Amino acid sequence: MTLLSTRNLTKRYAGVLANEAINFDLPQGQIRALIGPNGAGKSTFVGMLSGRIPTTSGSVTFDGKDISALPAHARIALGIAYTFQITSVFAGLSVHENVALAARRRLGRDGAAVDAKVADSLSRVGLADRATQIAGDLSYGHQRILEIAMGLAQDPRLFILDEPTQGLAESEIADFKTLIRSLGGATTILLIEHNMSVVMETAEAITVLSNGTVLADGTPAQIRADPAVQAAYLGTADA
Amino acid sequence: MLASLEGAVTAATLALTAMGLSLVFGVMRVVNVAHGEFYMLGAVIAWFVSTTLGTHPAIGFVGALIVAPVLVGLLAAAADRLILARINYDPERTIVATIGLLYILQQSTLMTFGPDARPVEPPFNSRIALPWWRQGENGLEMFYPWGLATTSYKLFIIVAAVAILIGLWVLLTRTRIGLVMRATQADREMATAFGIPVERVYAMVFGLGAGLAALGAVLIVPVQQAHYLMGADPLLLSFIVVIIGGLGSLPGTIIAALLIGMSDGIISVFFSPTLAKILATLVVAMVLVFRPQGLLGKASA
Amino acid sequence: MTAATRDAALHLGVLTLLAGLWFVLPTYHSGNLARIMVLAVYAMGYNLLFGYTGLLSLGHALFFAAGMYGLAIAMQQGGWSAAPGFLAGLIAALVVSGVAGALALRTTGVAFMIVTLMFAQAGYLTVLYFGAITRGDEGFVIPQAARSLAGIDLTTPANRYFAALILFGAVFLGLAWLVRSPFGRTLIAIRENEARAKMLGYDTHAYKLRAVILSGTISGASGAAYALLFGYAGATFATVQYSIFPLLWVLLGGAGTTIGPLIGAIFMFYLIDLASGVTDAYMLIAGVVLVLLTLFAPQGLAGTLRNRVWPWLP
Repeated sequence: MTLLSTRNLTKRYAGVLANEAINFDLPQGQIRALIGPNGAGKSTFVGMLSGRIPTTSGSVTFDGKDISALPAHARIALGIAYTFQITSVFAGLSVHENVALAARRRLGRDGAAVDAKVADSLSRVGLADRATQIAGDLSYGHQRILEIAMGLAQDPRLFILDEPTQGLAESEIADFKTLIRSLGGATTILLIEHNMSVVMETAEAITVLSNGTVLADGTPAQIRADPAVQAAYLGTADA
Repeated sequence: MLASLEGAVTAATLALTAMGLSLVFGVMRVVNVAHGEFYMLGAVIAWFVSTTLGTHPAIGFVGALIVAPVLVGLLAAAADRLILARINYDPERTIVATIGLLYILQQSTLMTFGPDARPVEPPFNSRIALPWWRQGENGLEMFYPWGLATTSYKLFIIVAAVAILIGLWVLLTRTRIGLVMRATQADREMATAFGIPVERVYAMVFGLGAGLAALGAVLIVPVQQAHYLMGADPLLLSFIVVIIGGLGSLPGTIIAALLIGMSDGIISVFFSPTLAKILATLVVAMVLVFRPQGLLGKASA
Repeated sequence: MTAATRDAALHLGVLTLLAGLWFVLPTYHSGNLARIMVLAVYAMGYNLLFGYTGLLSLGHALFFAAGMYGLAIAMQQGGWSAAPGFLAGLIAALVVSGVAGALALRTTGVAFMIVTLMFAQAGYLTVLYFGAITRGDEGFVIPQAARSLAGIDLTTPANRYFAALILFGAVFLGLAWLVRSPFGRTLIAIRENEARAKMLGYDTHAYKLRAVILSGTISGASGAAYALLFGYAGATFATVQYSIFPLLWVLLGGAGTTIGPLIGAIFMFYLIDLASGVTDAYMLIAGVVLVLLTLFAPQGLAGTLRNRVWPWLP
């Protein structure tokens, strides 16, 4: 079953095409990586999926429903979680409150359920002992991990992560891979990632964007063997 | 017709005052709520100068024309260094701080200058009747209708304001100071990197903006009177002009000043002034709500 | 002691202290304090929007005046009694803040400040325009006979003081609870990072609109109570100055603290009271305080205390 699909999704910034007629299908439960050189339009694409960036034309379908006209908050309410490429936590609030805000939108006034969800999400990413710290006082890496915990606390059906491992230490990246693999199956994941080891070890399928269009789609093995991808991306990648 | 001549006088001083506000917003990206008080100070200083010099009104007037904008500009530059620079021009805190400044300036004037309105004599003032045309027996003929008269001083206000605005335009487009100001406006970080003393530029712009308001007030004070509460209306009108003209756009500011100045005279002839003000205020609020780039600005893509 | 009981102890302690003060303060000061408690309600309404939601309005006098004139005109022109009159004030403030909020919230930041300022200015001019009813700056008096609620005469100093205390207490406790509730925490999230709150699935626009309406209605309740308890409505209360006052009180007392608005209102009231005994230019003190606060203590008194001494301060 397809959870998310786009048809002819297009974004134009002042005449410049950032995304051109992207057709994209993401099956339920898959871990998909979205890769491509800098400026390929990856963030624009997921921004349009989550509703953060308005589309120029084309449609987005989630769980059989056309969500193209929905504002961002309504799409999130349908079960999409989104972590920002540039860390965006509530810097003035505690780590616990950051995650509670994420959990509370769905769990509502049930304080005990919210607290349980927060504790669970924080322990899954290894931040449980920092729950009372102010988020803004965390290191950059920990703030990125907090973002992931906020995503987990939403129990999303589709979890979009925009370069989650950027700025993480090697050991944290290893933990991240384990975490993503443990989510697979239950949660559908769309991962923008530059780190090829993360992509190759977690993704079941890979989509390559280049110059705003889909260059290739396939399993990690297929993508690795694709000469067009090698020419456009892998050959020049620093990973 | 008379209304539109009065309107042209209003428009002329309004253009100067609003230009000051617009310049400050354009370059520094802050809203100066105390702008009307700099205008008021200009008028009050004009009264002090002309009563101190006390000889011929023209000498006092010329003195005021020089002293008032310079003093007000220096005061504003000092306020910029002492207050605005220290809060790093944070937009919201700047508004709160300039509200404070507004009360400080206004109430200090009340303590020193007093609560009365005081007149300043115009340097020259002869009555001029203006000709008009009508369809007569022999085709178009010229006549001098009753009421269509103005004073030489009012015409002088218009001429002087135009001259000052041209001077400002030359300053901004043809001199190094103007170049530095525009560079700072375009990109503060980049300007700093190129060695432009951004802090001094900001103080200068804030001073220049206040000085323009003071100039507008010196020109108008012989027609009106100096009073410690006179800053409120020019502040509101300048806001209106700057918003309609598109925040920070200087040509937009001039066109909007003409539009508002002329219509202010005309509207208040037809409506009660209070109703006219209510409508004007609401229209401006709606422009900000529905067309934040200003009526004259282009919609951004 | 848990956080909840400490909160409750603090808030009930403040209310007990205020009740006790009636018995020790001389008449002049207890009269002032009644006035301050009503104005502190205004400040608390303002604080909900500015301190907790992060929206800086320069036009709250519009809502204060809507409540004031809603009650005063219903009682004076319509001959209504106090209870429905008070309700009329609340509804007037609710409607006005709903309309003003829906429009003003299309803007953000500095534009929001200017739009709210303009709306309040239009409101003030409207009061002047209908001078036949409102009597403009001069204002009008609400007949003493009508100023009673459930048989209790609200014009005696004691009844007036405790009526003010009940209103203050209700709003004080209500807001203390609200800002700890999921709704209040969402408002704080919007203040901290609106884009993130939106991307957690919160309809931030709807939350902000509810905050404006709640804040405006509380401000209106203060305006209505002021007219009812002190028997007077005038255009002065609709001026820009009365939009600046709650900002001043909240900034001074501490934005985003439950106790700040009361502290700020008390300090500012007495500062201005002292200054006006010395000079007509008493608003000078307001200007100086505003500038000093922005420069040196943007957190206000309670906020500074929270940062330095008692991090638990709600």
